Amino acid sequence: MFYREAGDFSTTYPQDSQTFPIKFDRYRYYLVLFIAIAVIPLMVNDYWVSAIFMPFLIYAIAAIGLNILTGYCGQVSLGTGGFMAVGAYSCYKLMTAFPDVSMFVHVMLAGVITAIVGVLFGLPSLRIKGFYLAVATLAAQFFLVWLFNRVAWFYNYSASGQINAPEREVFGVLITGPNTDAWASYMFCLVFVIFSAVIARNLTRGAFGRKWMAIRDMDIAAEIIGVNPLMAKLSAFAVSSFFIGISGALFFAVYLGAVEVGEVFGIQKSFIVLFMIIIGGLGSIFGSFAGAAFLVVLPVLLKIMLADADADISNTQYAFGYVFLAALLISTLMMLREAIFRRTAPSNNMVGWIFAMIAAFVAYTLTIGGMGWPTDIVAHLQLVIVGALIIIFLIAEPHGIAQLWRVAKEKLRLWPFPH
Amino acid sequence: MKMKLGTMAVATMMAASPVMADLVFPSLSYRTGPYAAGGIPFADGYADYMNLLNARDGGIGGVMTKVLECETGYNTEKGVECYESTKGEGALVYQPLSTGITYQLIPKATADGIPIHSMGYGRTSAANGDVFSHVFNYPANYWNGASGAINYLMSQGDISGKKIALVYHNSAYGKEPIRTLEELSKKHGFELVLLPVDHPGQEQKSQWLQIRREKPDNVIMYGWGVMNQVAVQEAANIRYNMENFIGIWWSGSENDVLPAGDAANGYKALTFHGVGNDFPVFADIQKYVVDAGAAAGNGDQIGTVLYNRGLYAAMLAAEAAKTAQEIHGVADITPAMMRDGMEALEITEAKMAALGLPSFGPEFNVSCENHGGPGLVGMTQWDASAKTWSLINEFAPSDMDVIQPLIDEDSAAYAAENKIEASCK
Repeated sequence: MFYREAGDFSTTYPQDSQTFPIKFDRYRYYLVLFIAIAVIPLMVNDYWVSAIFMPFLIYAIAAIGLNILTGYCGQVSLGTGGFMAVGAYSCYKLMTAFPDVSMFVHVMLAGVITAIVGVLFGLPSLRIKGFYLAVATLAAQFFLVWLFNRVAWFYNYSASGQINAPEREVFGVLITGPNTDAWASYMFCLVFVIFSAVIARNLTRGAFGRKWMAIRDMDIAAEIIGVNPLMAKLSAFAVSSFFIGISGALFFAVYLGAVEVGEVFGIQKSFIVLFMIIIGGLGSIFGSFAGAAFLVVLPVLLKIMLADADADISNTQYAFGYVFLAALLISTLMMLREAIFRRTAPSNNMVGWIFAMIAAFVAYTLTIGGMGWPTDIVAHLQLVIVGALIIIFLIAEPHGIAQLWRVAKEKLRLWPFPH
Repeated sequence: MKMKLGTMAVATMMAASPVMADLVFPSLSYRTGPYAAGGIPFADGYADYMNLLNARDGGIGGVMTKVLECETGYNTEKGVECYESTKGEGALVYQPLSTGITYQLIPKATADGIPIHSMGYGRTSAANGDVFSHVFNYPANYWNGASGAINYLMSQGDISGKKIALVYHNSAYGKEPIRTLEELSKKHGFELVLLPVDHPGQEQKSQWLQIRREKPDNVIMYGWGVMNQVAVQEAANIRYNMENFIGIWWSGSENDVLPAGDAANGYKALTFHGVGNDFPVFADIQKYVVDAGAAAGNGDQIGTVLYNRGLYAAMLAAEAAKTAQEIHGVADITPAMMRDGMEALEITEAKMAALGLPSFGPEFNVSCENHGGPGLVGMTQWDASAKTWSLINEFAPSDMDVIQPLIDEDSAAYAAENKIEASCK
């Protein structure tokens, strides 16, 4: 019904080969862009930008970068944190050496420098594959972090080894430093996200992407049909590192403002970005966004739901709290009924009731302003829940959120007349 | 769920009566993650003292205190989230207990006009209040610590020509004392050996092998978390004389020495506050907080070194709030007033005794130019059989002739980089 091709004719080749060939899809995309560009900047405050939007946008760029390398070209990399550090430190050196140049230029150059470093560390991929390549990129991770900790030139010989982003502006608007407006840093990141996503999407649809995917699916076969593995692999490393470098530069300059390499760009970061593309969906640009959103928003949401507490609740909240609590009770009972009386493997109904329970619980906690549980228990629960969800995703939907989205779209094409 | 319903009912009733705003003290704590062993006692001490003030004195100047706890896990990104989510709630002062998060918050909190108190950590040159208007690190900082250790060694005998090794956490925190120690080594003629340990510090075999080979006369350690216990254990393994092993105050808690057992006997650590639970305030905590069932965490940390530090931090914050109330003549203070209170803070022996903490810390006062206090540091020593720390050297001055130029230089560089003008007239 919503996703229908009927009546949506392409009369030219460009029309036929556009990114979103279905009209509804295209308009939805324009709507998202419109909201992101014109609505959100007017409404955000410091909290929304610093706690949710900036990490989401910046991680999305990193995930796009890693997805090109791992999802499209099939080269496993555990060096993302190290490459982000290259982006951050080159941005810092450029910012302090050329204070009058626009931040746009610095961030782009940081991406270029990271691309060069990425190609250097991508060279072993010509000889080794799979786990062995993962170990080689792991070496890059540790080497780069060690380098930025060891060589004082990279942090301008500051006593502590920390790098701090001085105030820099773009078109007269502050982009870095403490006095930046929330909307400015948001817009700056957003521009890079749109730019990265459009480029990545078009690269992966074109000849480059096909070569990468050929290498991923079977490198020997790809070589036989005429794909140059040297060019394909190194270009994947270059493009991927370019995006990761940009995200590292933004992470340092716009988001955190002060960075210590071992703490911020450690092996942890490589894993988080890898989880993002696995949960989001390997080989999918949308998946990069979905994975980043999942891992950035979920912990914050859990914290707001469980750890926060609101001392003064209005009567309306109080009443709605009871409504949701009743809903939670009913869905629990229904779930139990399914579990006890059906005596089969978890049925669709049961899964549905479990989702209903979760939804009721979320609604309940958000209405009453959080459960007010001890912060340490919530922090442990966060780890448990995120970990469990990763496992559930790997078992139930190995292709990630992007695949769920695809299935949903397929269903919506026929809905409400599935036969 | 039942309990929550009860609180909901109470909350609805309370909503009818006028709500008095609280004095909000956010506690960016870490009860999870690699440094939780240090984060838990500090957070407990901080929360318990504020609870005690509410239960015993009815808050500060008649206004109740409220500790907003937010879990950072020692992670900078979570620290940002915690800062942004608590700053709108009227947060008076931030104490993140993490050098990384402190560096992060220095420009942000200054721009938002909220003071930071990084007690014995953070950016050392923030002691220069002329540049860092909203950052305080009284009563002592890393460089005072480094100098205090050297002063202590000099009081024990001549150190010229001796070899001193610095085992440090390879991060902003651990690198802080290097400059000071280098200056001091020039001044007093000892040789300095630098041994970095990478986060989290579980692997230190090579560093201690080097110590075994080079045989330094003394080892100074700037460690945190698991790194401390491993270092003490490794020192015991190579039979390094514990008498000659000195840790900074972040390497001197029960957690660090207990795993090594008797072998840790004689290990020394610097401090800027009293140790043990032999102070009258602990009777009050027992009566008003623990017996009332309101103890933070598991309530099993009371009297440990880091608990006392959290308590000391809370005490200084509360005293600064009192000072602010006196200066501005209002009970319900704002972060800007809190800043004034911190800047005018005066801690005297009489005040500490009245609070049930006689001789708990050095006497000091803060001024607009000097946010770092006098930098008096004491020395404690671990007794493995009694399982207690005891103060073996009273709070003594550190070498400000060496430290002050370094503070001026580093803060001037920061001021130039960020175009900050002197804020004190």
